[in-house]
Amino acid sequence: MAQATTAEPVLTWAATNAAYDPVMGLEVHVELGTTTKMFCGCTTTFGAEPNTQVCPVCLGLPGALPVVNEIGVESAIRIGLALNCEIATWCRFARKNYFYPDMPKNFQTSQYDEPICFGGHLDVELDDGTVYRVEIERAHMEEDTGKSTHVGGATGRIHGATHSLVDYNRAGIPLIEIVTKPMVGAGERAPEIARAYVATLRDLLKALGVSDVRMEQGSMRCDVNLSLSPKGSDAFGTRSETKNVNSLRSVERAVRYEMTRHAAILSSGGRVVQETRHWHEDTGITTSGREKSDAEDYRYFPEPDLVPIAPSREWVEELRAALPEPPGQRRKRLQGEWGYSDLEMRDVVNAGLVDLIGETVAAGASASGARKWWSGEIARRANAEGSDVVTYAESLGVGPAHVAELESLVSGGRLNDAMARQVWDGVLAGEGRPAAVADARGLELVQDSGALEAAVDAVIAANPDVAQKVRDGKVQAAGALIGQVMKELKGQGDAAAARALILAKLT
Amino acid sequence: MTTELITSTAAELAGLLAAGSVSAREVTAAHLDRATAVDEAVRAYLHVDAEGALAAADEVDRRRAAGEPLHALAGVPVAVKDVVVTRGLPTTAGSRILQGWVPPYDATIVTRLRAAGMPILGKTNMDEFAMGSSTEHSAYGPTHNPWDLDRIPGGSGGGSAAAVASFQAPLAIGTDTGGSIRQPASVTGTVGTKPTYGGVSRYGLIAMASSLDQAGPCTRTVLDAALLHEVIAGHDPMDSTSIDAPVPPVVEAARRADVSGMRIGIVRELTGEGYQPGVQRRFDEAVQHLIDAGAEVVEVSCPSFTHALAAYYLVMPSEVSSNLAKFDAMRYGLRVLPEGIDDPSAEQVMAATRDAGFGDEVKRRIILGTYALSSGYYDAYYGSAQKVRRLIADDFAAAFERADVLVSPTSPTTAFPLGAKLADPLSMYMQDIATIPANLAGVPGLSLPSGLADEDGLPAGFQILAPATRDERLYAVGAALEARLTAAWGGQLLAKAPALQAISTKEA
Repeated sequence: MAQATTAEPVLTWAATNAAYDPVMGLEVHVELGTTTKMFCGCTTTFGAEPNTQVCPVCLGLPGALPVVNEIGVESAIRIGLALNCEIATWCRFARKNYFYPDMPKNFQTSQYDEPICFGGHLDVELDDGTVYRVEIERAHMEEDTGKSTHVGGATGRIHGATHSLVDYNRAGIPLIEIVTKPMVGAGERAPEIARAYVATLRDLLKALGVSDVRMEQGSMRCDVNLSLSPKGSDAFGTRSETKNVNSLRSVERAVRYEMTRHAAILSSGGRVVQETRHWHEDTGITTSGREKSDAEDYRYFPEPDLVPIAPSREWVEELRAALPEPPGQRRKRLQGEWGYSDLEMRDVVNAGLVDLIGETVAAGASASGARKWWSGEIARRANAEGSDVVTYAESLGVGPAHVAELESLVSGGRLNDAMARQVWDGVLAGEGRPAAVADARGLELVQDSGALEAAVDAVIAANPDVAQKVRDGKVQAAGALIGQVMKELKGQGDAAAARALILAKLT
Repeated sequence: MTTELITSTAAELAGLLAAGSVSAREVTAAHLDRATAVDEAVRAYLHVDAEGALAAADEVDRRRAAGEPLHALAGVPVAVKDVVVTRGLPTTAGSRILQGWVPPYDATIVTRLRAAGMPILGKTNMDEFAMGSSTEHSAYGPTHNPWDLDRIPGGSGGGSAAAVASFQAPLAIGTDTGGSIRQPASVTGTVGTKPTYGGVSRYGLIAMASSLDQAGPCTRTVLDAALLHEVIAGHDPMDSTSIDAPVPPVVEAARRADVSGMRIGIVRELTGEGYQPGVQRRFDEAVQHLIDAGAEVVEVSCPSFTHALAAYYLVMPSEVSSNLAKFDAMRYGLRVLPEGIDDPSAEQVMAATRDAGFGDEVKRRIILGTYALSSGYYDAYYGSAQKVRRLIADDFAAAFERADVLVSPTSPTTAFPLGAKLADPLSMYMQDIATIPANLAGVPGLSLPSGLADEDGLPAGFQILAPATRDERLYAVGAALEARLTAAWGGQLLAKAPALQAISTKEA
């Protein structure tokens, strides 16, 4: 087989959208964060030594039988409820039959025409505030396969490899596959919608606590199905299926790339091949995988080794009642409570700071203070380290209680803002809790009214012109005097007290 | 003493062991000696584990000497069909594709046998992956019927039935997907039970058809079958289809052997035309024995049973095609590199291995099942077969409204000569015409000898079927009939087996 890694022709973005409308479907696979696999008791720790988390069941040894992980079913139902789906009263697992070396039984235990969740929707907010409703076709349970590593080839792909190694640790890890209905009419916003959908879904799954949704580790993977129709036509074109697009940015780029690639084929009178495509993160293109002919037949049939799943309505309602607040709704509520502007809130969300700020406020800090401290210096440093704030703060041993303490030092009059910044630097440098840092660095507002009064008197004497302006009623001119007083006191003065004293003396 | 030990029933051996009259080592050694003497002719075993069996026996003797509490069958040895995985013991399911594979785990029923202190003598021969009715489809050669070494011992569990019939084991484990315990019992003059589906754990049974497979006892008496049934039955959390309920009181029912007032239903569709006259005659006499014992006889009709074989040959191969996909040379078993390919891909190795490792009957069923599940054919084949299955279950339900148990001849014929049906799969499949409905509906069935057919002097079988989870009825009826028949025969039917006498003479 020819190695197809070269880029295919693409049409410009403008020309693509002038002539064609995309029809897009997204399939997202989520690895559940259960402590054991879907059909056996093996543990699911990420990154363990190869083939150490295996047993007769997940290795597909002769005679072994599956047993359903109840927590997996519960997670599936919770996801379905959060996606506004209906929950099946009765459904079965099915076998999807095909041969592949990393699939121990050469069939995947999945669900076919009886998914546990079906018919839902998820509203996603785009950057300009537009809300787009993504219709959910279904969400079903299945098991992951093992993982093949191809050795000896230049690209790590199977072609050119001398041999392959298979790690079955991943085999049998519970997956939920969430499938959207085809999205029609998204036009040139399709890439943006795709990204927003995956991001919203990720936040939702995280809020549910069912998965760690780390796209870079593969615990959340997106397949992009895309076809183009000529503008104005309602006939669907032939689709391509781009597999394992593993970052939000890539989802957006892959949709965009496939749109322009399809457009180039169609506009030159060609025919799009129905096939699986591989996404290349580095070059930003897709290449041909295996062709999906109509002959591909998974021969689904109900899994005879498992009994049907029939979740009681009482259980479903219990799970519904215990669902967490949806992240979008929660954000709106918090924005109101915290008094943030839209821009401030978006920055906080994008930086992943919502929970941290929430905890900081709960620890007694003000919302504005919490935002200021978490999105300032520490965010810059986390970014420079290539980490996110939450992970970075954890690594420093700094948490919401530190910010709350820092704030109380300011509001209690011990520190002014400039001093608080120095204390925060000390905290981030590992010098201890804020009060201890302030002590160690000798940072404390000058409360001694004698020192303050002496400084005020000296500044008034040294600036007779300014003092006169204040006497004449130009109260804002006092600002210059306050600045001088603070300078005199080497920044440790209380600006509010200085202002009060100056005004008392001059008016 | 040795002859007495090997011809004793398991119940008798249990009594001798408990009384301290014999040691577990003596009992086990007697059966191993018998295997050494006769199995070259019978070929019941694929693998004999003398060392392991004797070690297990010694452990029982040690525990008994120490006064530790023991299971009633502790020290009574057992043979296990090679489709059941045994830790540390080769397990091939009669296939070349698993040649040399030693499982790293025990099937749940093996765990239970070991826990009961029952030495495992070895693994018995079978049709490859339990597909067949003659044991001729074993990749390791056929087993011979102890009644006539030129005849088939039934299948797929011909090895287990022949081991018991030739006194190489007092007890054996079989599995029954369409009759693989009952039909071999029928043609070897022994007893075999297919329990209610879900009554015995399938964990560790190399699956043929998951929705039909069930393990059960192969023995020489009804009481022995009940005793072994009780050891292996009961809920297993490792098998999702296992029934979470107490084991039916099978041993008690076998001991009471009481059929007075019971309604025995003769299934119209499972008698008469197509059944060998001598088989039919012994069946009719057996029914008369039950009437004499106080049972009431009614005739019932189960019209959908006529479609059972057709439905079975869609459902079973469909599941086979999927269950056997795992044998791909990647993780265990045979690996064959394709000829003439320098750098074969994994897929090419899979294809070459499956081609070399599977026999014709297995391939036939994989192809049938693959076709039946194909897109566009699924509804017509697999879907229709499942509907027939439902109808068969409905027929059983209606019949059990009128009768407590249903009865029929087990197999339409006595043992046929080796090779007679190999070229005609359909006539081989017809062997299971009367046993298949029970598998499709999940109800339990037992076969016991009804006597020898007049025309050939070979054993015929009598089948009893009961509603799901009412396995004890099989034993009540079976034990009552057995008592009357053995009284009429003046002892066990197996005492009349000529080939065995010849083997025994040779041994002496």
